[in-house]
Amino acid sequence: MLAMNYRGPFRVRADRNKPYPEILHPGDAIVQVTRSCICGSDLHLYHGLVPDTRVGMTFGHEFTGIVVETGSAVQKLKVGDHVLVPFNIACGMCPFCKQELYGNCHESNPEATAVGGIFGYSHTAGGYDGGQAEYVRVPYADVSPTVIPQGMDLDDAVLLTDVVPTGYQAAEMGGIKKGDTVVVFGAGPIGIMAARCSWLFGAARVIVIDQLDYRLEFAKNYAKCEVYNFRSIGDPVLFLKKQTDYFGADVCIDAVGCEAAGSAMNTLTGRKTLLQAGSTTALFWAINSVKKGGIVSIVGVYGPTWNFVPIGNVVNKGITIRANQASVKRLLPRLIDHVMSGRLNPKEIITHRIPLEEVSDAYHIFSAKRDNCIKPILIPSSAKAA
Amino acid sequence: MENVANVDVQKRTDETYKDIPGWGIDADPENEPTYPMKHYTGDDHQRLHYERPPLQPVDVEVLHSNERPNVTAAFGTVSPPSGLSGMLRRYAFQHSEGSSLHWLPLIMADRINAIEGIVDDLAHGHIPNVFAERGWNAEWKYNRKGLITKIAVTTLVATTVIALLSTKKKKKKRFSF
Repeated sequence: MLAMNYRGPFRVRADRNKPYPEILHPGDAIVQVTRSCICGSDLHLYHGLVPDTRVGMTFGHEFTGIVVETGSAVQKLKVGDHVLVPFNIACGMCPFCKQELYGNCHESNPEATAVGGIFGYSHTAGGYDGGQAEYVRVPYADVSPTVIPQGMDLDDAVLLTDVVPTGYQAAEMGGIKKGDTVVVFGAGPIGIMAARCSWLFGAARVIVIDQLDYRLEFAKNYAKCEVYNFRSIGDPVLFLKKQTDYFGADVCIDAVGCEAAGSAMNTLTGRKTLLQAGSTTALFWAINSVKKGGIVSIVGVYGPTWNFVPIGNVVNKGITIRANQASVKRLLPRLIDHVMSGRLNPKEIITHRIPLEEVSDAYHIFSAKRDNCIKPILIPSSAKAA
Repeated sequence: MENVANVDVQKRTDETYKDIPGWGIDADPENEPTYPMKHYTGDDHQRLHYERPPLQPVDVEVLHSNERPNVTAAFGTVSPPSGLSGMLRRYAFQHSEGSSLHWLPLIMADRINAIEGIVDDLAHGHIPNVFAERGWNAEWKYNRKGLITKIAVTTLVATTVIALLSTKKKKKKRFSF
């Protein structure tokens, strides 16, 4: 079958000889992919920043598809169901799943205890192939995969597998109160969605910081927020303090993670030489820009080793830091309602629709920020009719 | 970006939120930092004494964190460890997730694995099209000037290095009898 094939940093190809996936566990299903996305997090893998990303893997943790085969223990899903598949692989039975921490499942990732299983996200997240393929194995198929509601656009559905829940949870973890000023670092798809969702919690002012004008322009139009290019405002921390009567923002959201620009030292040690687990510039700015007693919410992906984080300021300012992978299953009912009622319109962030066969170009366009790319989706030719 | 363009946005948000669908609909006065991200059940006090899902047969080599006693009930079977990179990965998994001796060998193994991938391609009669794999067809379309510059600079540097090395070799030959 056709699938994306990772060959090393900055090298991927469309491979027609990838073996068709098999049912390996009674709770498995095989899904024929109808849509898959490239996520900003995939770029961390693509750039070689996530350890234990092995050659031959297929990426892709955001996808929809049609169930074509089920394991003996699968009861809720049936062949022919068109499902959206949350990026977390969750067993539904371990203590963490029972507490709705689906991103922290204890029975889906043997290789690390700090993170649950994730489709197509290196062996550090369980060693599963992802959805940038014609077919994919979906473990624990009765737990997270959700039948796409009738009338929902497939493009909206695929964004409910990660982008919307992660952006929403970023805002939720910020504990936003009515009247709050929220600063979002990063105008990628997640940052844009976090800004959009901040209004749902009653924010009075939402500010997005990034370095690319086209992304800021998009964020401003889609999320109806204020935008600033950190290349043109001087010290972002000082600028944000002045913008907030020298108090600081009530809530700061780090939607960037390990590939943040803006600090030569962090770029050198975090992105070029991997001496720390990614650049912490966005987190540094978030901690220093939030008010005393404020909340910093982190959904940006960082590597697992050490980082330069200004922890002293966290202590002295009494900041609450909240972070996690989104628990997609927990959030889906509410988010489906928001999409179906028109309060959220995720498909508007899709800027590129690219055949799976051209996955190498798709990754490059997204990675190099060519053609004003915000969010690309991949469509296998075998799924065009769906 | 013309940051002055933000003035309109600020004015609007100060006056009304009516044009933002769903403004405040999920506001929750209880959403303090202690808001239950998890639905607390106390189940984690059960430790390992919970009903596990059925176990996937372990018929490939699966490395597992030494911070847990076993493999998980389900796991991926993509790219089992092999070759030199596999040896490094096995070494890494002798150390806990908090140790640099876990992560740094894995990063090194990834780099070695990329070279092993090229060797494997060649061994199977496939010559990897690095130009296409790096997405340079798209770069040619959207940033032709940049790509040409990059290729020119790389060629120049490589030629210079080769020239310097060959000059050194010639000098060495001249004095060796």
